[in-house]
Amino acid sequence: MQAELISKDGTQEYFVNMGPQHPSTHGVLRLVLTLDGEIIKRVEPHIGYVHRSIEKMAEFDTYKQIIHLTDRMDYLSAHMNNEAVALLVENALEIEVSDRVKVIRTIMSELTRLASHQLWWGVMGMDMGAITTFLYAFRDREMINDIMEETTGARLTMNYNTPGGVMFDLHPNFQKQVKEFIKIFKTKLPEYDELLSGNIIFTERTKGIGKLSLADAISFGVTGPSGRASGFACDVRKTNPYSAYDRVNFTEILLVEGDAYARYKARIFEMWESISIIDQLIDNIPEGVIMAPMKAIVKLPKGEFYQRVETARGELGVFVVSDGNKTPYRVKFRSPGFSNLSVLDHISRGHKIADLVAIMSTLDLVIPDIDR
Amino acid sequence: MSTIIAYFKGIGQGLNTLWTGMKVTGYYFFHARKEIITMQYPDNRDTLKIPERFRGRVVMLHDQNNEHACNGCTMCEMACPNGSIKIITDKILNPETGKAVRIIDKHIYHFSMCTLCNLCVQACPSNALAMDNSYENSVYDRSELTFVLNQPGSKIRDNVKD
Repeated sequence: MQAELISKDGTQEYFVNMGPQHPSTHGVLRLVLTLDGEIIKRVEPHIGYVHRSIEKMAEFDTYKQIIHLTDRMDYLSAHMNNEAVALLVENALEIEVSDRVKVIRTIMSELTRLASHQLWWGVMGMDMGAITTFLYAFRDREMINDIMEETTGARLTMNYNTPGGVMFDLHPNFQKQVKEFIKIFKTKLPEYDELLSGNIIFTERTKGIGKLSLADAISFGVTGPSGRASGFACDVRKTNPYSAYDRVNFTEILLVEGDAYARYKARIFEMWESISIIDQLIDNIPEGVIMAPMKAIVKLPKGEFYQRVETARGELGVFVVSDGNKTPYRVKFRSPGFSNLSVLDHISRGHKIADLVAIMSTLDLVIPDIDR
Repeated sequence: MSTIIAYFKGIGQGLNTLWTGMKVTGYYFFHARKEIITMQYPDNRDTLKIPERFRGRVVMLHDQNNEHACNGCTMCEMACPNGSIKIITDKILNPETGKAVRIIDKHIYHFSMCTLCNLCVQACPSNALAMDNSYENSVYDRSELTFVLNQPGSKIRDNVKD
């Protein structure tokens, strides 16, 4: 066994654990690396360190109660996760929510997406060794958190959606605050490009690193900005529009390079698209009820239901098997992080350890989303 | 020759990109007072503005007569996803009608288990519960996080439906 590992020139492969407490794994992800010197031969992700059995817990909760669990999966796109379950229940019961709710959900989703991408941008810079970006990103993200706090009552795990609508009406200050944020952030976003996008150290470390081809992106199921950077048209907002996405104009960002830099650029471009979506909707939020009439105990009809939404990381699918009771028989979440992680081994072979940090960062992994 | 020119050109362009980034940081270095977003948190407690919808913890609303609106229907207990609410009810005899009436003895709230999802407040038919704006809720012992929400000596308001 030992003799097999030793190659012709006398060197030997060895194993290194990266994580579960490594800061660049953004959580408790353990990567077992097989290395030849500094070259990565194999990456084996070991997951399950923050497994909370959310799918099993959901089997004992009513459909209203499941929503607060989904906050804790991908905490950076908490609103979209909530929306997925809420939409599933509404579609299963054929409840039509008001236009106001649809628009509110869309604006909130895009705000969450902006906040998520801002955090990712800051952390991405920090992984590359630049603390500056982290502080700049959190400066802008704080404004979104304040908007969220004012309307939903929580900054991160909002639990704002309920089947049939949203929990509270918009705060009277909401429109003013969002417009102010958009106005300020439009001047701040070019700073992101100046600070990091053109930076020679950053581009040298990301261009041509972790190339993911279109065929691989499709076969591994890499969705979200990571998939679209390889040319995979997988935006659920375009393919299966939900909420108010069918009435706004936005471009699906598609790049062809598929390397770490393309994944970075895809998210920067997506921030501009999110701004444009909010711009189109914020001035014409229709009047209407915020809650469709619902029964006190929500019971789904017997059968199987699937709903997908586009979170900041990719496609989140919720699959519910119902036996007609007030709790689901089985819930399965198709989380974007899990599929995006699965491609890590494939695209990081042959690169250096430092490149692995860049690749992981551009895949934008959130570990509680992978483990659930 | 052309490779040498390209080499130095690359260095020049590289330095230029670094300078572009440094300009942004330089601007904020010299305009540090223009937009201060850092809050000196423990010192600014008096001026700190907490939004009124902020979910701190669950409280029961009492009026000036020490009366609340909870009739012990246990809707909040059923709505809670984590089992952080437990209601102990009691029965008293209404002297006028002679019927037994359900009242709450203790509305127990385990803050240590609560995820602040707001479902109990929404479920309450008589609006007896609310979320307050408290923060800094950390304590030294877990037992301190169990609250009895109805104040001692409080009773149910007259006009609350059963």
